[in-house]
Amino acid sequence: MQHDTVIEFSQKLRDDYKKVMDNVARRITVCAGTGCVANGALAVLEALVASCEKNGTAAQVSLSFENPDAATPLLVSKSGCQGFCQMGPLVTIHPDGILYTKVKPEDAEEIVSKTVCKSVVVERLLYRDQAAARMCLGTSQIPFYSQQNRKVLASCGVVDPENIKEYIAGGGYAAAHTAVCSMESADICRYALDAGLRGRGGGGFLAGKKWELTRLAKGDKKFIICNGDEGDPGAFMDRSVMEGNPHSVVEGMMIAAKAVGAQRGVVYVRLEYPFAVARMKTAVAEARKAGLLGKNIFGTEFSFDIDIMEGAGAFVCGEETAMIASIEGKRGMPEPKPPYPAENGLFGCPTVINNVETLASVPLIFRDGVERFRSVGTKLSPGTKTFALTGHVVNTGLIEVPFGSTLRQIIFDIGGGVTGPGGVIDPNGFKAVQIGGPSGACLTEKHLDLPLDFDSLKSIGAMVGSGGLVVMNKSTCMVGIARYFMQFTQNESCGKCVTCREGTKQMLSLLTDIVEGRGTPGTLELLKTTARVVAKASLCGLGKSAPNPVLSTLRDFADEYEAHIVQKRCPTGECRALSRPTIVQSKCIGCALCTKSCPVGAIVGQRKTPHSIDAALCINCRACLSTCKLHAIV
Amino acid sequence: MNTTDHIIIDQIPVPLSGERNLLEVIRKAGIDIPTFCYHSELSIYGACRLCMVDVEGRGIVASCSTIPSNGMVVTTMTEEIREIRKVNLEMLLASHDTDCPSCPKNETCKLRSLASRLGVNEIRYKQVPPKLPADTSSPAVLRDPGKCIKCGDCVRFCEEVQDIGAIGFCGRGSHSLVAPPFEKGLGNVECVNCGGCATVCPTGAITPKDETASVWKLLRDPKKTVIAQIAPAVRVALGEMFGMEPGEIVTGKIVAAMKRLGFKYVFDTAFAADLTVIEEATEVLPIIKRGGPVFPLITSCCPAWIKKAEYFDSDLHDHISSCRSPQQMFGSVARSYFAKKMGVDNKNMAVISVMPCTAKKFESQRPEFTANGIADVDLVLTTQELGRMIKEAGLSLSQLEPSSFDLPLGFGTGAGMLFGASGGVSEAVVRYIAGQLGYETPAIAFTEVNGNPGIRETTVTLGDTAVKVGVVQGLKNANIVLDQIRKNTCSYNIVEIMACPGGCVGGAGQPVPLVNDVRAKRGKGLRQLDAVLPARKAQDNPFVAESYARLFKEPGSKVARSLLHTTFFSRKREEEDGIELSGKQGASDALRVRVCVGTGCYLRGAHGLLQSILSKIEEKGMVDRVNVQATFCMETCEVGPSVAIGDRWVRKATVEKVMETIDDIMKDRLADEKRASLSNR
Repeated sequence: MQHDTVIEFSQKLRDDYKKVMDNVARRITVCAGTGCVANGALAVLEALVASCEKNGTAAQVSLSFENPDAATPLLVSKSGCQGFCQMGPLVTIHPDGILYTKVKPEDAEEIVSKTVCKSVVVERLLYRDQAAARMCLGTSQIPFYSQQNRKVLASCGVVDPENIKEYIAGGGYAAAHTAVCSMESADICRYALDAGLRGRGGGGFLAGKKWELTRLAKGDKKFIICNGDEGDPGAFMDRSVMEGNPHSVVEGMMIAAKAVGAQRGVVYVRLEYPFAVARMKTAVAEARKAGLLGKNIFGTEFSFDIDIMEGAGAFVCGEETAMIASIEGKRGMPEPKPPYPAENGLFGCPTVINNVETLASVPLIFRDGVERFRSVGTKLSPGTKTFALTGHVVNTGLIEVPFGSTLRQIIFDIGGGVTGPGGVIDPNGFKAVQIGGPSGACLTEKHLDLPLDFDSLKSIGAMVGSGGLVVMNKSTCMVGIARYFMQFTQNESCGKCVTCREGTKQMLSLLTDIVEGRGTPGTLELLKTTARVVAKASLCGLGKSAPNPVLSTLRDFADEYEAHIVQKRCPTGECRALSRPTIVQSKCIGCALCTKSCPVGAIVGQRKTPHSIDAALCINCRACLSTCKLHAIV
Repeated sequence: MNTTDHIIIDQIPVPLSGERNLLEVIRKAGIDIPTFCYHSELSIYGACRLCMVDVEGRGIVASCSTIPSNGMVVTTMTEEIREIRKVNLEMLLASHDTDCPSCPKNETCKLRSLASRLGVNEIRYKQVPPKLPADTSSPAVLRDPGKCIKCGDCVRFCEEVQDIGAIGFCGRGSHSLVAPPFEKGLGNVECVNCGGCATVCPTGAITPKDETASVWKLLRDPKKTVIAQIAPAVRVALGEMFGMEPGEIVTGKIVAAMKRLGFKYVFDTAFAADLTVIEEATEVLPIIKRGGPVFPLITSCCPAWIKKAEYFDSDLHDHISSCRSPQQMFGSVARSYFAKKMGVDNKNMAVISVMPCTAKKFESQRPEFTANGIADVDLVLTTQELGRMIKEAGLSLSQLEPSSFDLPLGFGTGAGMLFGASGGVSEAVVRYIAGQLGYETPAIAFTEVNGNPGIRETTVTLGDTAVKVGVVQGLKNANIVLDQIRKNTCSYNIVEIMACPGGCVGGAGQPVPLVNDVRAKRGKGLRQLDAVLPARKAQDNPFVAESYARLFKEPGSKVARSLLHTTFFSRKREEEDGIELSGKQGASDALRVRVCVGTGCYLRGAHGLLQSILSKIEEKGMVDRVNVQATFCMETCEVGPSVAIGDRWVRKATVEKVMETIDDIMKDRLADEKRASLSNR
């Protein structure tokens, strides 16, 4: 598409969009993120459309720009992930500002007949704020949303991700237009550097610097790779962006490509993200159709196109050099650096690899300016960061906060506090939070007020990582957690370098010894030595950071390790091998039901008097626990 | 780079002279940093994490993948580095099948020697060696995955030197494994048996297959006359196993040792090499004389190259000399000429080769080199195996009084001797051609092409005839020249291809460790031999002349063609399983008859042939014993219809030919069974 035509086209779209939106009387948005879809969001959408028809209000399912002046009484559309996955499927109704949670297809009739037809709120579908004990009408009243600062995610959950016109109408591709038509490559790099944009994938390397290095590298062919191989357990930031606002990624890649002089881009998405793959594919196809990708974009010399590549699900392929190998069709194994991809990357050409969230931030910077981007966050880590909040916390889901926010704000204000056993809020229940995925660290109470950014976390041996936050309450065994993450890294190690392949295996074996009661002081010593060697000598970042969960728990929960090893006791009772069932004497009435369930006859006692368990005989099968009606066996 | 550039290693300044990585500089400074995965000839892998050093300002880095820069300050041994190296070895040993005393690599295992050198005297980790079955499917090497430390040296050798990729990584984490594709046996994939993997393997995970037990058995069999041939490259390397320098010539001592071991006659493969020279030159000379566009002729001595050509280059078979390799020429002459001369029944004569090569083991088993159930060469020993036999017998090589080869097959010229080093075959052929054209033996100096030591060339001018020779080591380099032949841009009259770097002196059957200067020294030893021999041209070998006079009449004659030449075929699809059409399901002892029904064979009547075979087999009541399959294209369309029967091939097959072969094999099997049941009684 020619330069002028694009401007005209987007301006007209933007004007039309305003008109169209003004003419939409009511819009129902059904979250179609992976979580909500898994919970039946698509059936809800169908039911809503059917109910509307039944109630005599025909619903449109996609925004039409054909006739902007026509009135749209009702629009029912899908959106990307809205973040509050725990409460899904989510249904939002505008302009009423109502958010219905956990909606089922059967609820559609009531929503349409009451809210759509009569503007009556269906109270039972509203979110209930446990802490304040009140019903919340919409996102502005829900602490989970109101405490966030959504920038990258701003459009996720609002726009229809499969409609490029909505994206353009909302100001999309204007930033790419500016960068492509009126900026020099060097200026684009400098602008990103001025903004202080750092890589959201974990390392926190300055994006502008990476671009500049690649720009200066010699080579006719250059590549840009979007890293969407999000592999951390429980993390889904990148998935949500790709599902909810795929065009922001495409636009970010265009700007980055112009900055480094790349002609070709690859979006590497993991295979387990079918929606993200489908929506990125649709977005690229739509952008190509609109002339935003391909030859002579905006009528300039700049030509750029994007391929979508599906990864086969190896965690290590998130590492730059392993990802390059994987795209080249080789086994995904990291290569020694240097040379860095900026000089010698995909097929030997200079290559930039940016994470999804980083690229999705790029259009914001070029559209709203450096000042605006830097207005939130800290000096060295400006902007916002998305986190996937999970674990023992009231509200779980996808959140976005400025850098410099504290864990306390995230866990207690947005997350609504820590939950104890049974899922109720426990004000004193906080024990630790695992940050940065399997290779991150466990932070404790003393870190709750630390302003989170790349450097503060690094200084305490943790990392932002891709942004997984797993909250743990006091019933969590930290040795067990360290073992869990070690199991993950061992499974995902590519097996190339000795320290990572053998070291994670041996650390896992040592941790297993400890949680199963075979630990000795020597085990702990060897665990520390191994962790030290793996951290120092591994080939890639995955190996180097693999001991982090061990090292951080060893530092902050040394007493728990000691209890496991010296006293042969798991303080939380989570490690089965180290805890035997006991009978609470005050509760036992001597009904002897449990004695029948015991396969080894370890439970002894006179009828109608409290029984006890002979620890020497007990095989820890725990059959007795379920038989006791008085819950006297713990 | 400035000539004054240097780095500080352990407080000593060391000048830089273009080294590719820090490791090379440190080793140049005389500090032997331990490594498993570093080989100067292969790409940098960075996986063993033993070469860690401390670089000021950068911390601990792997020296193999660090580029040295002026002023760098390096410490090679700190407490941290010691810990890393020791813990690494300890962890490797914990996952290693440590049955060291019975490991074929026990004396030369790098893991064992490094563990002892670095003082790893306890393994604090739980020792859980993987229980993995050994892969015995390859005739050339034994793969024992329990001993693999996943350094990837074999993978890179196969990929980067040979361009084959018969072995690679699979699995993740501690379950990762080096294995052929789909974890098939190495004998069932496109492995060319060069054994390069075994030459770089630091442990006993891949070793040349050992056949000493079978040879001992033959030597102790009173009914057998055991004769042997020794390849040129063996005599300049065997000494290494007895503390001698690489390149030291121990021909006489080997002959003496072998006589003591019980070999009746010990001959020289160089004799057959002289035959090869004459036969090959006879092929190439008319082509050169004819003039016109160059038609490169490629040597056929290297069985690894030949197998590779059968897999990947069936379009170029016309360019390959039809000569058998010297080993097989020797076998054929021994069976047809020597046995008759000595009045020995071939059934009672065993022919053993001593070769620097693992692919020769495969070559000797090729069905076309077996007639009436008797292989031309019964067994192939590598240099390593012969060394072990001499040691087992308690002989001290250095103290043995040298003996000379037996005649007539023990006489070789300098030309034959050259076969053991890269460039030698073509030089020997050029010597013959020069002689035939009436010129003196020309001095030959090869020059590297584009700075690649793996491809060298030279032009020899003999009057108005110019002979251009290209010499290639490594099959990846071969592909460069083969592509030139395909594109008609190759200007060589003779192309010599050897799979192993350095030629046969660098073969996988030679003593380990095998590095560049060892190969060079062995090559030099062969050149010395050539220089001191009285006869240096193949045509000057009186016993070769005699064999022509008595047997072959003249080079390229009908007899020569049947005894000294062979044919090649495409084996791209030979391992594919077909669709079973008859026979007992899953009967493993049934004879497998695979009929190609690809387009080419179909057009030549394969379908009708298949029907006739099926009905014939039913007619003869052999359904239980013969398993007929239809297969996809075997890519031997030019000689179709193709039928594979067991390990024999029938080209341009007719139902008569097929049934004849089946009957033949069945008769052999029956005889075997009868013998077995008799001996059981």
